[in-house]
Amino acid sequence: MADGNKPVKELIKREYEHGFVTEIEADTFEPGLNEDVIRRLSAIKNEPEFMLEWRLKAYRKWLEMTEPEWAHVHFPKIDYNSISYYSAPKSKADAPKSLDEVDPELLRTYEKLGIPLHERAKLAGVAVDAVFDSVSVTTTFKEQLTEAGVIFCPISEAVHKHPELIKKYLGTVVPTGDNYFAALNSAVFSDGSFVYIPEGVRCPLELSTYFRINAANTGQFERTLIIADKGSYVSYLEGCTAPMRDENQLHAAVVELVALDDAQIKYSTVQNWYPGDENGKGGIYNFVTKRGACIGRNSKISWTQVETGSAITWKYPSCVLRGENSVGEFYSVALTNNMQQADTGTKMIHLGKNTRSTIISKGISAGRSNNSYRGLVRFGPNAKGARNFTQCDSLLIGDQCGAHTFPYIESKNPSAIVEHEATTSKVSDEQLFLCRQRGIDPEQAVSMIVNGFCKEVFKELPMEFAVEATKLLEVSLEGSVG
Amino acid sequence: MLSIKNLHAAIEGKEILKGIDLEVKPGEVHAIMGPNGSGKSTLSQVLAGNDSYEVTGGEVILDGKNLLEMETEERAREGVFLAFQYPVEIPGVSNLQFLKTALNSIRKHHGQNEINAVEFMKLAREKARQVNLDESFLKRGVNEGFSGGEKKRNEIMQMLLMEPKLAILDETDSGLDIDALKTVADGVNALRSPDRSVIMVTHYQRLLSYIVPDYVHVLAGGRIIKSGGRELALELEAKGYGWLGINETATAG
Repeated sequence: MADGNKPVKELIKREYEHGFVTEIEADTFEPGLNEDVIRRLSAIKNEPEFMLEWRLKAYRKWLEMTEPEWAHVHFPKIDYNSISYYSAPKSKADAPKSLDEVDPELLRTYEKLGIPLHERAKLAGVAVDAVFDSVSVTTTFKEQLTEAGVIFCPISEAVHKHPELIKKYLGTVVPTGDNYFAALNSAVFSDGSFVYIPEGVRCPLELSTYFRINAANTGQFERTLIIADKGSYVSYLEGCTAPMRDENQLHAAVVELVALDDAQIKYSTVQNWYPGDENGKGGIYNFVTKRGACIGRNSKISWTQVETGSAITWKYPSCVLRGENSVGEFYSVALTNNMQQADTGTKMIHLGKNTRSTIISKGISAGRSNNSYRGLVRFGPNAKGARNFTQCDSLLIGDQCGAHTFPYIESKNPSAIVEHEATTSKVSDEQLFLCRQRGIDPEQAVSMIVNGFCKEVFKELPMEFAVEATKLLEVSLEGSVG
Repeated sequence: MLSIKNLHAAIEGKEILKGIDLEVKPGEVHAIMGPNGSGKSTLSQVLAGNDSYEVTGGEVILDGKNLLEMETEERAREGVFLAFQYPVEIPGVSNLQFLKTALNSIRKHHGQNEINAVEFMKLAREKARQVNLDESFLKRGVNEGFSGGEKKRNEIMQMLLMEPKLAILDETDSGLDIDALKTVADGVNALRSPDRSVIMVTHYQRLLSYIVPDYVHVLAGGRIIKSGGRELALELEAKGYGWLGINETATAG
């Protein structure tokens, strides 16, 4: 079997497709973090006093906190004073009002990423609020949304136009002092998306935001807040890519979802940040806090994520199921290759009666990577009749990678029911040989095997995302077989 | 069709095939028999291109082309089909998707268009019926949770769909009850035609009652030590391998 592993090894070599740097002028802060930086940031954004206070409070909390060390990931200590906390394309003074006014270089970047900004593009029907570094550049399909009463805008705009909603909900799901990275984000977040779906409205479009980190040495701290009022529905799509750089970049985002009575939020992510090179040089540190609160009866929040990028991923999209009969779902595919490390999973916190949750997690490890699932299912004393189903599968490609599972279950209610299933399997040389013996390209074979493994999660993705995710796995596993 | 000359092959440095010579003409069915460890399965795997085995000498020519220089998938596209002795499972990948991908790879290689979905479904249903597999198997993961007999019938179903030039059956009869054996044999017989050839590797002569071979070869110690017609198999059944001077337990690999 001397050469037995060779085909699999060759297959998992890959190159990052989105690794170009856009040369545009940018306003960037000097690296470093202190109260003055936060004041300047707030002033540039012309924020009301309450926002500055909120940020400063978060910053003071952050100073007293320490970086979490419990995750199954390893990286050198981050120097938070070597990071610049603000970077925006130059033209912000007279912000573009239409695509014609947008820096053509920027548009080309989006084109290379395959983001259909133009209304005639194939993703017609998807409104894109594109965040380029820290400032939202353009928002399409506004009119149709306005007609339905939906608010979909940069969060910096919402702070001015809808302060009552911001005051009421910002930080209610992920409090400023929730964790180290959430506190940092609260202090320095520069932009992000804001969505409000009014009572009884089914959002007529799938909302979509593409984030992209561009400027070197810049942390990106976006903040997203989505509120689905009573009986409303929204599906939100988020895609991420970042250019190739030798140094590591920090990305610490916060996403908060709020679902009121009978409301539903479906949040889908395809994350393809730069993962670093074959030897683990460079890549994004993706330290993200995502949490949804089902505060209303019969409400439902569903997270679907396909994570293929980043050098390190630390991410646990969670649901707090407070409302009676509320439902939380987490569907995840996390692929790590080369030297990537992922510690990802979810928390389902059952507080209300008859709350239900489902967790389907698929971890794929290749190269010398490490992939961990970490999940918490907790039943509070009032969670009578609550139940959870967890299925957690790992797939190994090659023999130098690792897969780990850390499930935690806490129950304070004897009537709660938990089911947990876990499996580990391998893409074997025998499977590969069978496919090839039937005439199938080795690359296509691996991608077929991996896609088969992920099927249960992909079927939860919106159509166009499912296609993208399938393609992304193909690219991520692409090698130099020839 | 196929010409094997002085083929040597090794696995993990240990030589298993020690000079195989075999000529297979179009339309012929050859049975390769022999005791355990004689190199029968190795021969099938080497012809199909399993790169766990190292070819250390000799040549294999398929219709004028050097088979040993081709990648596994190229050989398949050129019409070499191996029915596996132990088919592996590919969970989550439906038989249909797998077969369609495979068939289209082969069609593409021959400059043909991809088969359309309706046409493919029709074809797949027909072939499944032919080997007595319920249609529901088409939607299940490749070999996922199949019984031993179902896996073997699934292999034959694939063979019927691919219509290979050279079909190699690696102990396809092992572990089959008599009904399944008949089904498998019917499948192979249906494929027989003047321009297709079959190599059947088997331990037992009972398969040969259903698929009547043109030639029977006895493989022992990595070499073909005796060749003959159908009657050789019957003789082997009656006398065992001993009369050929083979010690059944001594060979290994």
